[in-house]
Amino acid sequence: MQTLDMAEIDLREMNATLHAQAENTNQTAWEIENPRGAHAIACGLDAPIEVTVKGSTGYYCAGMNKQATINIKGSAGPGVAENMMSGTVVIDGDASQYAGATGHGGLLVIKGNASSRCGISMKGIDIVVHGNIGHMSAFMAQSGNLVVCGDAGEALGDSLYEARLFVRGSVKSLGADCVEKEMRPEHLEILSDLLERSGADARPEEFKRYGSARELYTFKIDNAY
Amino acid sequence: MCGIVGLFLKDKSLEPQLGALLAGMLVTMTDRGPDSAGIAIYSNETKDQSKIVVQSDTPEADFDGLEAALGNASGVTVKMAVSSTHAVLSVPNGSIDAVRTAIAAVNPALRIMSRGDTLEIYKEVGLPKDVASRFAIGTMSGSHGIGHTRMATESAVTTMGAHPFNTGNDQCLVHNGSLSNHNSLRRKLRREGIHIETENDTEVGAAYLTWQMQNGATLGEALESSLTDLDGFFTFVVGTKDGFGVVRDPIACKPAVMAETDQYVAFGSEYRALVDLPGIENARVWEPEPATVYFWSHAGQPIKEKAA
Repeated sequence: MQTLDMAEIDLREMNATLHAQAENTNQTAWEIENPRGAHAIACGLDAPIEVTVKGSTGYYCAGMNKQATINIKGSAGPGVAENMMSGTVVIDGDASQYAGATGHGGLLVIKGNASSRCGISMKGIDIVVHGNIGHMSAFMAQSGNLVVCGDAGEALGDSLYEARLFVRGSVKSLGADCVEKEMRPEHLEILSDLLERSGADARPEEFKRYGSARELYTFKIDNAY
Repeated sequence: MCGIVGLFLKDKSLEPQLGALLAGMLVTMTDRGPDSAGIAIYSNETKDQSKIVVQSDTPEADFDGLEAALGNASGVTVKMAVSSTHAVLSVPNGSIDAVRTAIAAVNPALRIMSRGDTLEIYKEVGLPKDVASRFAIGTMSGSHGIGHTRMATESAVTTMGAHPFNTGNDQCLVHNGSLSNHNSLRRKLRREGIHIETENDTEVGAAYLTWQMQNGATLGEALESSLTDLDGFFTFVVGTKDGFGVVRDPIACKPAVMAETDQYVAFGSEYRALVDLPGIENARVWEPEPATVYFWSHAGQPIKEKAA
């Protein structure tokens, strides 16, 4: 186990040390101490290492992650795991707004609640929230899966494309062009796998699926240039 | 951007540290806005006395003899304590309006920062650390306070454009965000006879709350109606004589985080602002919900009301 103490080294040195880890590094386990809400912790990693942040983080923790597993032992500030490409990010506490925004791949697990705009413009990432999510979540979501074990706020899935949204609790309101859809066996299979991998205590049958009605202007071929 | 902070003490034993804790929180938020900084502190209620805080760009000249001149012009006893560019005037209860009239007559260049029984606002152009040390905020005690560090977007970087804004006796406001209907609202409020000094958007927000409360609304009601009448982005933290409140617009893109323990309720634009507070490791930390008015008071139970 390697330890990086942010009380002793600055943010750039901490990130540079993690960036320096090659694909075949044998230093695979890292701990970050004293994060104290700092911005951009463990951003832009690209190696199969496991990083544990021992506390709460500020803006953009784990942004652009590739391959790495990042555990946050507190809550995360805005934009956690933004534009993640692959790997896993697990937050023990809550996540602030736009968690997992524009993510292309990988798995983001939020064990507490996520606030507004969770999964906005997601492009293939899987997001599992054990608690509730705030308003405008999955806005313009393009692909991937958003699983919510609690409730969803206003305007869920507004103007979404092909992302799948699974909600166990109530949905305060659906956004434009977002509708409830039937849960088919392949969806139960996807959900079952995500619930298991994220350690969520929920059964796939308890969820409803939401997706795009494909009725907006963008879906009409006659509007193409 | 802008950074805002607030600290409301439940535990009186922390009161001597209020200024130091609040200044520390604000200094941490410096990189959210370097243009100007200000702090409002509620402290030291003196029996039968109220306070007016005035500011001058040329304090040596303007504060010299001011005490006597204001006493003569207002007919009440005015006591003055100078702190850098600011002076705290102690006046008898009920004479705030008379002394304000006297200030305008004696030296119209003086700017009024705050008025009330316990409220003192200190604000200047510059970084939080410089503003805090200029006024020795770290040595101040008090029951609660709010602070702001500004990244100017809607109006000039001046002392009068700095936050907190005084909205009425013992009332003040800090704002992160920008209001987009402030010009039309300013015209409307001026027609209603509300005095608005600058072209700053937040001052209009503050004046709006003042106007609502002059027409009988409680602070909670005024905050709730602000959600309908103010267009734009805002996280507001407001201070009153015995409490502080928080409200965010329905879109809620301006960040906010709160922490509560048995000793205090704290607000910060970011969690970073809260990390040096005592017992933060075991505090309840959460993000205040959009379009919801929160209010804590020394006099009553906490309030949380979701706007319809």
